[in-house]
Amino acid sequence: MRLVTPLSDKDVRSLRVGDGATLSGRAFTARDEAHMRALDMSRRGEPLPFELKDMAVYHCGPIVEKDGEGWKVVAAGPTTSSRMNDLEPEFIERFRPRAIIGKGGMSAGTIGACKRFGCVYLAFTGGAAVVAAKGIRGVAGVHWLDLGMPEAVWELELDDLGPLIVAIDTEGRSMYDDVGKRVDANVKRLKESL
Amino acid sequence: MDRAELVEETVVRLMRTAVTTLPEDVIAGLHKALQLETEEVARVQLRTIIDNVEKAESADVPMCQDTGVPIFFVSGECSHEIEEGIMNGVARATKEIPLRPNVVDPISRHNTGTNIGAGMPNIHYEQAKGDFVEITFMPKGAGSENMSVLRMLNPTSGTKGIKETVIDAVVSAGGRPCPPSIVGVGIGGTADSAMLLAKKAIIRPLGRSSDDPDVAKLERELKEMLNATGIGPMGLGGRTTTLGVMIEKADCHTASLPVAVNIQCWAARRASARIYPDDRVRFRTEGFQ
Ligand code: SF4
Repeated sequence: MRLVTPLSDKDVRSLRVGDGATLSGRAFTARDEAHMRALDMSRRGEPLPFELKDMAVYHCGPIVEKDGEGWKVVAAGPTTSSRMNDLEPEFIERFRPRAIIGKGGMSAGTIGACKRFGCVYLAFTGGAAVVAAKGIRGVAGVHWLDLGMPEAVWELELDDLGPLIVAIDTEGRSMYDDVGKRVDANVKRLKESL
Repeated sequence: MDRAELVEETVVRLMRTAVTTLPEDVIAGLHKALQLETEEVARVQLRTIIDNVEKAESADVPMCQDTGVPIFFVSGECSHEIEEGIMNGVARATKEIPLRPNVVDPISRHNTGTNIGAGMPNIHYEQAKGDFVEITFMPKGAGSENMSVLRMLNPTSGTKGIKETVIDAVVSAGGRPCPPSIVGVGIGGTADSAMLLAKKAIIRPLGRSSDDPDVAKLERELKEMLNATGIGPMGLGGRTTTLGVMIEKADCHTASLPVAVNIQCWAARRASARIYPDDRVRFRTEGFQ
């Protein structure tokens, strides 16, 4: 499935856990620090310098190189999403992105927010930074560079970023929970055999 | 070229090699994992990883954006020149390759921008192995390092306790350290040395088991168990959670049983060099032993 931002509620609600996809269009990188700053500003009623509505948020701290006046992405794989577990539900509620790209999955709060506000979590192979960079056509801008290169918000133009897998859908299902249940059963058996 | 400059050149090359190419044994491990997986989601993850490794090598760019914090093992010399050469090498490699500047103050979170800071790079000095200086570089990403576990077990817990500790560490890490991973285990010593043993363990090439037959057996059993958990590549399910379990041990207090787990992601980057007395330098990614 080829997804292109801006995404509609209908677009994402048709996706199911396990579906393969690529993503094109505008996406914004955001890690812990950017999440915190965005939430702080929004709670104080200040507008963000970028618009996340119907866009994709990418849990990623890229390596970016100065390229003349602009920037070039050298490597840009996903970072561990669970670090944003406590921040993401409110983040989704306030800014209404339609897709979150990351690795490792997220907890119940985010799964709930995805269901409520129409957002999906797309798993991208961790560390696959060069494959990712091939799916990034350019850097449209950068915000909050004072947070440092990895933590800044990079505004990326995606061109079939992927392969992505729908790992949390709008039905409250998470592939990580499905796997987790099987793992728990296996581990119980393994430990009994010790 | 003076000593510090020679070390600097060596370090820059070590770092470039390590972050852009995976050692042969790790590549072979990933291909083997792909053969073992039947589920499409798991296969997609492994194919993407292998494709990514090939692309990084041919484009001469870092295979993962998290180029980690710089960790060095140095044997044969502990001197100001080594220290200076490593510092300058790290700063230069960070700019030239480029690497992501990851090193920050732990409290203020201020990023130095150079990957150099207090206690960073992390340099471990070891005993000489011959008439040469050996430098091993291993970048360590946070995704895997954050999953580290130390347990001070009751000695009566024995192998069962050791196995439980490793299984618990890998299961609670799930997909976060980018599996299939290499699991380093340090058994014995003291709290600090157990963790260092675990870290040294992940430098050992895949396929080379412990010289101690009992430890080698434990490595095999643990690998089998971890792969039976079903966590799979990226935690999305599958048969290959780990490419290998490496155990290092040291003797310990009669009343202790420290067990440390240090996980390395599929991007198990490492490179070693030997500097000989005549300034000749030899490079290897699979280690020298
Ligand atoms: S865990 Fe390893 S492969 Fe994954 S993002 Fe971190 S450094 Fe890269």
